[in-house]
Amino acid sequence: MGKKSVETFVGIFVLLGMLGIVFLALKAANLGSFSAGETYAVTAYFDNIGALKVRAPVRSAGVTVGRVASIRLDPKLYQGVVQLDIQKDVQFPTDSSFRILTSGLLGDQYVGVEPGAQEKMLVGGDQTKQTQSAVVLESLISQFLFSKAADAGGTSPPAAASGAKK
Amino acid sequence: MSVLVGRLGSGAIELLRILGHHAFFFAELIRACPAALRRPYLVVAQIHAIGNRSLIIIVASGMAVGFVLALQMYYALVTYGASESLGLIVNLSLTRELGPVVTALLFAGRAGTSLTAEIGLMKAGEQLAAMDMMAIDPKSRVLAPRFLGGIVSMPILAVLFSSVGILGAYVVAVLLIGVDAGNFWSIMQSGVDVKRDIGNGVIKSVVFGFICTFVALYQGYEADATPEGVANGTTRTVVIASLGVLISDFVLTALMFSTP
Repeated sequence: MGKKSVETFVGIFVLLGMLGIVFLALKAANLGSFSAGETYAVTAYFDNIGALKVRAPVRSAGVTVGRVASIRLDPKLYQGVVQLDIQKDVQFPTDSSFRILTSGLLGDQYVGVEPGAQEKMLVGGDQTKQTQSAVVLESLISQFLFSKAADAGGTSPPAAASGAKK
Repeated sequence: MSVLVGRLGSGAIELLRILGHHAFFFAELIRACPAALRRPYLVVAQIHAIGNRSLIIIVASGMAVGFVLALQMYYALVTYGASESLGLIVNLSLTRELGPVVTALLFAGRAGTSLTAEIGLMKAGEQLAAMDMMAIDPKSRVLAPRFLGGIVSMPILAVLFSSVGILGAYVVAVLLIGVDAGNFWSIMQSGVDVKRDIGNGVIKSVVFGFICTFVALYQGYEADATPEGVANGTTRTVVIASLGVLISDFVLTALMFSTP
């Protein structure tokens, strides 16, 4: 095989490799669709973040407008501090409420944003406590048992209640 | 008792000797690399021999792995009504783990053995010694171009393996089973990160290419100059390179993907 044809074949090989990486980056991953945009950071305090994960989506009206950047515990308030990176071109009023929701029955958790009515908009570095915690199944069940016991009334509701509500 | 301790000590010294020998060989190989870069055609010819010739087996295996992964994942996922996540699972397992690792194992078997046998026979036929006599450094003329060629070829092959595997999963999931194509791609895109998943996969494949090529060259260069020696060297290439790839894959995965 001549020198030229070897070089051509290697050129094709390298080109195929580039094609592969472009395919992986553009078609099989999220480059270009979201991560390239500018974002601003909003910090939200939650009583309980449930199973929220870093990089979970932030959605408003079901549309993804950002990602969870970091999650930590505030050592003084004992609240979960969630930093949200929201796309620059999407603005929310300062009284918008942030909720932790679950997509589908077994799906991942995400942060849902319910826009408020204020004129002022949230800007980068803002903090908000207008939040609603994730629903934890155990507390839901214990609430249910508690109300059942209360409905039953009569004989020994306090014992049943204290038993159910850990 | 003292015999046992003595045996332990001699084993430790032997291990250190082997490691030191590898390190010296590695240093000489690196020192020979700039000289090989001055003759780029030597490297190009090696990429052709190592990369292009491995293309068919890599593409065929990638396709098969994609098919099988998609089929098996579908059976498991459909019971939870999550069959659309199939693309995401296939993509993550290919780009993060299977792509680099399986490519490296095939690479050790397909290209590593041929490197070891070639160099071992060159040594057995005293071609390397003859080069030395002509004042041509065999390390920069023979070993370094193969080393560089292997390191360049391996990431390209791994990327192609993953891409073809994802296309294979697409064929099975969307065209044959009938998973929704839009969901297949969009769930994949929302769950895969370019830097974290694909970038780390490429880094892994560079490291594996490094390991496989280095082991193959070392075993060929240090093989006994007999038919048996070359055969042993070739076997050792596959065993050591595969184990090295699997162990370093565990370490790299622990470093790269320890946080969810």
